[in-house]
Amino acid sequence: MNTTTQNQETEKLFRESFTKNRDTIERFSAGLMNGRRQEALEHFMQLGIPGKKTESYKYTDMPGLFNPMLHMNLQPNHVHMDVKEIFQCDVPKLDTHMIFLVNGFLPPNSPPLEELEGKALVGSLAEAARRYPELLEKHYDRYTSLNPEGLVSLNTAFAQDGLFLYIPNGTELERPVQVVNMSVWEDNLMIQQRNLFIVGKNSAASLIICDHTLAPWRFLNNAVTEIFLDKQARFDLSRIQNENNSSQHISHTFARQETASTLTSNTITLHGGLVRNNFYALLNGEHAENNTYGLYLSDRHQHIDNFSFIDHAAPHCTSNQLFKGVLDDQATGAFTGRILVRQDAQKTLAYQSNNNILLTDEARMHSKPQLEIYADDVKCSHGATVGQLDPAALFYLRSRGINYREARLMLMYAFAHDIISHIAVPPFRERIDDLVDKRLRGELSRCNACHINCGKLNY
Amino acid sequence: MLSIQNLHVSIEGKPILKGISLEVKPGEIHAIMGPNGSGKSTLAAVLAGRDLFEVTEGKIMYMGKNLMDMAPEERAREGIFLGFQYPVEIPGVSMVNFMKTAVNEQRKYRGEESLSASDFLKFMREKKDLVEFDSQLTNRSVNEGFSGGEKKKNEIFQMAMLNPRLSILDETDSGLDIDALRIVARGVNKLRNKENATIVITHYQRLLDYIIPDYVHVLYDGKIVRSSGKELAMELEEKGYDWIRQEYAGNGK
Repeated sequence: MNTTTQNQETEKLFRESFTKNRDTIERFSAGLMNGRRQEALEHFMQLGIPGKKTESYKYTDMPGLFNPMLHMNLQPNHVHMDVKEIFQCDVPKLDTHMIFLVNGFLPPNSPPLEELEGKALVGSLAEAARRYPELLEKHYDRYTSLNPEGLVSLNTAFAQDGLFLYIPNGTELERPVQVVNMSVWEDNLMIQQRNLFIVGKNSAASLIICDHTLAPWRFLNNAVTEIFLDKQARFDLSRIQNENNSSQHISHTFARQETASTLTSNTITLHGGLVRNNFYALLNGEHAENNTYGLYLSDRHQHIDNFSFIDHAAPHCTSNQLFKGVLDDQATGAFTGRILVRQDAQKTLAYQSNNNILLTDEARMHSKPQLEIYADDVKCSHGATVGQLDPAALFYLRSRGINYREARLMLMYAFAHDIISHIAVPPFRERIDDLVDKRLRGELSRCNACHINCGKLNY
Repeated sequence: MLSIQNLHVSIEGKPILKGISLEVKPGEIHAIMGPNGSGKSTLAAVLAGRDLFEVTEGKIMYMGKNLMDMAPEERAREGIFLGFQYPVEIPGVSMVNFMKTAVNEQRKYRGEESLSASDFLKFMREKKDLVEFDSQLTNRSVNEGFSGGEKKKNEIFQMAMLNPRLSILDETDSGLDIDALRIVARGVNKLRNKENATIVITHYQRLLDYIIPDYVHVLYDGKIVRSSGKELAMELEEKGYDWIRQEYAGNGK
C-alpha cells in the first residue's frame, strides 16, 4: 500500500471513530465546541495528516504517528487517583496557583472553574464554554486560521476539554498559574487537548505549563492552544516538556497580539520521544512584541522539531526568536523559523537565531530560516549554527583542574542558560536551571517529580 | 621541579620545537624571550597539555613524573598553571562557578574537603585584594566583555586562587598599559615563594623590570640559543633580536 492510500485509511478511521463516538464526545464537552466539530472533520478529511512532502513537515514523520491509530479516552473519570497525592511539584518557593489536568481533562474532584484575584478565571475550557458562551464565541477557534492544517482541524473535531485562562481588562495576576498536564493510562493513548488563554487590556499574567507522563506507555498528544492578547496585555508562558521517551507530543500554539501587547514564551524540552512544537503569532497591532524562545536537550533516538512563524501584520512591532539545542547520541532535530513582514508593517524589527551543538557524529540537525519581507523599512536578521563545543574553551577549563566531563557540562550548561535566563518567574527559572543541569548530566529521569511507581497504578 | 630534555614538538607534521632542554628548580624565575614565531607559546601550551601538538622526541619530567602521560586537568591539580596569552571568553559560565569548581576539584584531588559557599567567597575576596582584581568582574561570565588588561589580571587572579607550584605566564604583559603591567607584576611577586617557580614568557624586556628573573633564555627557531642571567634581557632590549638572527640563522640545518 503506498503512503497516500495508507493516510487515507487513517483519515477514514478518524471519520468512523467520530461518527461512532460523536454522542460521547459531545456529552463531555460543550455546545460551542460541539458546533465546530463537523466542519473541522470535513476540513481534516480534505487536508489530511501532513506527510513528508509538506515542506514544513519534511523532517518529521507525522503519518507514522497515527498508524496504527491509538485508543482515545473520550470521557474523563477513568483514572482513580488523587493527583495531588501522587504528584508533588518539587519546585521550592514556587508559589503558584496550581491546576492539574489528566489526559486533557480536569480531575472530577477539582472545581471546574475557579475565580482568581480580579475576577480572573482558570479551569476547564468546556465548563467556561457552558458558562460564558458569548465570551468564548469571540475567541474559540478564531486564531487557528493563521495556519490551516489537518492536525489542528483534527483537534477541533475531537477535543473535548483543556485549560481555560481568562484575565479581564486591567488585571495583573500576582501569582503565576501553573498547569501540570499528566498523561496516564493502562495502555497507549491518544490525547487531543484544547486550551484557550485570553488576556485583557492592560492585564498581565504568567503561566507555567509542565507536561508529564505518569505511565511508561506511548502517549500521543495533539494539542492546540489559542492565545489572545488584547491591547497592552503582557503574558509570559513558560513550558517544560518532560514526557517519557516512547511518547510523542505535537503542540500547536496560535497567538493573536493586539497593539503594544507582549508575549514571551519559553519552551524547554527535556524528554519526549518525538516532539513537534508549532508556534504561530500574528502581530496585529502596532508596537506589539513577541519573544519566542526554545531549548531542547536530546539524546538517544529523540527527535525534537520546532517550527515558528511570526506574522508581522502591523508597523513598529518587534519579534525575537531564539532556539538552542544540544543533541547527543543519535538524536535528531529540526528548526524552521518563518518571519513574514507584510507590506504595511514598516519599522519592523524581527530577529531570529538557532544555535545547535552536536555532541556526536551521528546526531543530526536541520535548521532553516524563512524570511518573507514585503515592507522596505525594516530590520530583520537570522542566523543558524550547528557546531561542537569550543575546544579552546574546553582546554581553558581543564587547564584549571576541571575534568573533561565537568568542563563539557559547564559549557553545555552555559549554552543552555542563555534561554533559561529569559524565564520570568525566578524560582521556576532556578528550578529549570537545576533540571537542565541534571538533564545534561544524564541524571534526570522523566519521573523525577513524581512519587508514584509507574505501572502499579490502580485504574 | 621541571626537567625538559631534548624536546621536539610538531604541529601537523611541521617541527616547531627542535630540541629544548630546560631545568627549573623551586624558588626560581625563568624568563623565556625570543622573536615572534620562535616557539615560545608552543612550549607553554605543550607544558599545559594542549593536544594540538605532537611530541616527537624528548621528555618532560615534572616532580618526578612524566608530564606527557597526564591530562591537562591532572597537570593543573599537580600544580601547573598556564597564564594564557589569549584568555578564552566563556559566556554563560560565571567566574564564581568556574573558580569554585576549579578550586574544589583541586582540593578534592589533595584529599581536602570542598569549601563551603561562604568560605569560598571569603577566600575569593582575599585573593582579589591580594592581586588587586576588580571585585565586579567576578560577577560576570568568564572573561566575557573583559578588556585586554582585565583578562590578563584575571589570569593572575586565577593563579592566586589556585596557588600553583609552577606557573607559566605566556606573554602576560602583551597589550598591557604600564599601570596594568605593574599590577600584574606585583601580583606575581606577591605569589612568589621558595617552594614555587615561574616561567615568564615575553617578547619585551619591560616586564622583567618588575619581575626579576634568575635566568633568561633566548628561544630562536625552536631552540634555546642562549641562557644567562638577567643581564641578557638588557642586552636584548638594547640590540633587538636581529643579532640573534644573524648569529644563529642557518645553524639549525
